[in-house]
Amino acid sequence: MRLDPYKGVRVGAEENPSLEPRELWKLEYDKARLREVPFETMSGVPVDPVYGSEPYPGQYPFTRGLYPSMYRSRLWTMRMFAGFGTAEDTNLRFKELLRNGGTGLSTAFDMPTLMGRDSDSEWSLGEVGRAGVAIDTLSDMEDLFADIDLSTVSTSMTINGPAATILAMYIAVAEQNGVTPNQLAGTIQNDILKEYQAQKEYIYPPRPSMRIITDMVKYTTAEMPKWHPISISGYHIREAGSTAAQELAFTLANGFAYVEAAIAAGQNVDEFGRRLSFFFNSHSDFFEEIGKFRAARRIWARWMKDRYGATDERAMMCRFHTQTAGVSLTAQQPENNIARVGIQALAAALGGTQSLHTDSFDEALALPTEDAARIALRTQQIVAHETGVTNVADPLGGAPYVEWMTDEMERQAEEIFAHLDDLGSGSILEGTFAGIENGYFVGEIADAAYRFEREVNSGQRIIVGVNEFTEGDRPEDRNLLRIGAETEEYQLKRLQNVKTDRNNEQVDKALAAITETASDSTQNLMPVIIDAVKTYATEEEIANAMEKVFGTYVERAIV
Amino acid sequence: MSDQQYRVILAKLGLDGHDRGIKVVARILRDAGMEVIYLGLRQTTASIIAAAEEEDADAIGLSMHNAGHLTLGPKMMEAISDAGLKIPLIIGGIVPDEDIAELEKIGIAAILGPGASAEEVAATVRDAISARD
Repeated sequence: MRLDPYKGVRVGAEENPSLEPRELWKLEYDKARLREVPFETMSGVPVDPVYGSEPYPGQYPFTRGLYPSMYRSRLWTMRMFAGFGTAEDTNLRFKELLRNGGTGLSTAFDMPTLMGRDSDSEWSLGEVGRAGVAIDTLSDMEDLFADIDLSTVSTSMTINGPAATILAMYIAVAEQNGVTPNQLAGTIQNDILKEYQAQKEYIYPPRPSMRIITDMVKYTTAEMPKWHPISISGYHIREAGSTAAQELAFTLANGFAYVEAAIAAGQNVDEFGRRLSFFFNSHSDFFEEIGKFRAARRIWARWMKDRYGATDERAMMCRFHTQTAGVSLTAQQPENNIARVGIQALAAALGGTQSLHTDSFDEALALPTEDAARIALRTQQIVAHETGVTNVADPLGGAPYVEWMTDEMERQAEEIFAHLDDLGSGSILEGTFAGIENGYFVGEIADAAYRFEREVNSGQRIIVGVNEFTEGDRPEDRNLLRIGAETEEYQLKRLQNVKTDRNNEQVDKALAAITETASDSTQNLMPVIIDAVKTYATEEEIANAMEKVFGTYVERAIV
Repeated sequence: MSDQQYRVILAKLGLDGHDRGIKVVARILRDAGMEVIYLGLRQTTASIIAAAEEEDADAIGLSMHNAGHLTLGPKMMEAISDAGLKIPLIIGGIVPDEDIAELEKIGIAAILGPGASAEEVAATVRDAISARD
């Protein structure tokens, strides 16, 4: 099943036609800067950077990892997702995470923000600042990133429907602090397709949403070379109940759809392709997860090269962030979740992830407390620094079960791609739109979720502490994070103040420009949205300005 | 009254889009012989009341995963009482133990948390309905 392992090695077979894959890998490995730690076992036995056969890490199709030296050069980024209450509350949590050795920021927004609603909307009642931080205007964004040097941190923002507005606010805050867009590093999730399939945080129908995303891809490709404009996310698909293979296939198919849309908009596949990144779930079936991660890299590389004609290897690389499976956490005996998270984090490391969020043990009950979030970070630090798995790239590569699982994941995914290609008459983009419209994705996910619940319910599948080994739960000892009603009141006051202080004439003008640009698909929306956030127009006002042209999406209820 | 005749409205109230649980519950209740009307996402108290009246429902079930239960729970109870409906409201999802008493005090019939078995889910709905009969 291995295709062309020699082709396209960056220091390439063309320059060194006589070299064997192992020698080519060595050439690249020797150039890499390594961390200054001994690469030996706990007992002092030196170990090689990689074992087994080609393709070696860093070689197409990257089954064994994206980089020749993998974690010997750089550990994965320990990116902990945080956000609750007001921007000031979250800013304090960010600084705490940075002080504790976190190396990237990741922002959780509250539900109204994710849905493009302001805190004072009637829809927002009871949800302001609860599941993440509330952002209404640029003023909130200023507080969120106060005293954090945006030219040195990398920031991930998990938002989709109103992603363009939030990115515009980030650019505007940076500008106030003398940081230009080309210095900004990070990722905005901006993966609208999986919203219709799993997470359900959409505003407009699929096609106009794709237009906004294509505009953002164009803008960031031109202005923000260190920014990832889409993080194609399987995480939520899995959380909604899919199998591992469905997560893999739906996610990569969504990736193909974005690629097809960008190519249709005249973008160069090598240019934007290297700026795409992915986001996967790491669940509890250890080998299935590792096979999934390895298969993801191989499938993406093959499709980008063979179907979409990429020639730059960086555009064939499936870079991904991983989060442990929130859905695997149990409300019963929550301390057991620390063990689950540890195993899932280890799977992500063995699968070659570029960054990792580890869930806090109390997340089945509430948002994490600071103590629980610290234990979660410590869990991945233990995997990184104590287990030795970072010494060797793809340490499980070549194991018969792991290679079989990788092939099996790929086989199942290819079946799903064939179905979508068929639905779209040769276009994955059209097949994905069709699958959203006919309920294919939500139906498949709901079926898998129900099957899982039945297995747990019948006792066929054991969940420790839930349907077996249930003694020892101590609900009375729980210390949960509570967000009081005062957050909502405080945020409403802040928003009111901003609305009073701003120049409404400027706001109206900026919003009118957005509506006008929305109705002309040859224009890019990003510049006018950036102008609008600088007038302190609210997120909802900007969303409404586009909704006038794009309309609203309402899902058909399918059980 | 047998289960066969029970009609249950299920809905997601407000912006919360976590619908894995409610879809599983819909199938559990259906498999237990009830008639389930799932309204889907982004419902308002008004749309839920309208459906309950239209369908002559025996119970309303809401799923909440966004910690909005102390705000939205009372709001839904008020809407049920304003409409003069005498049907139980059941909430499922993530509700901390210490909030359960508060929700029960305002008349919410039952709260189903993570890990509830299919039998518990069906029995809870059935008991809540027969308690009002």
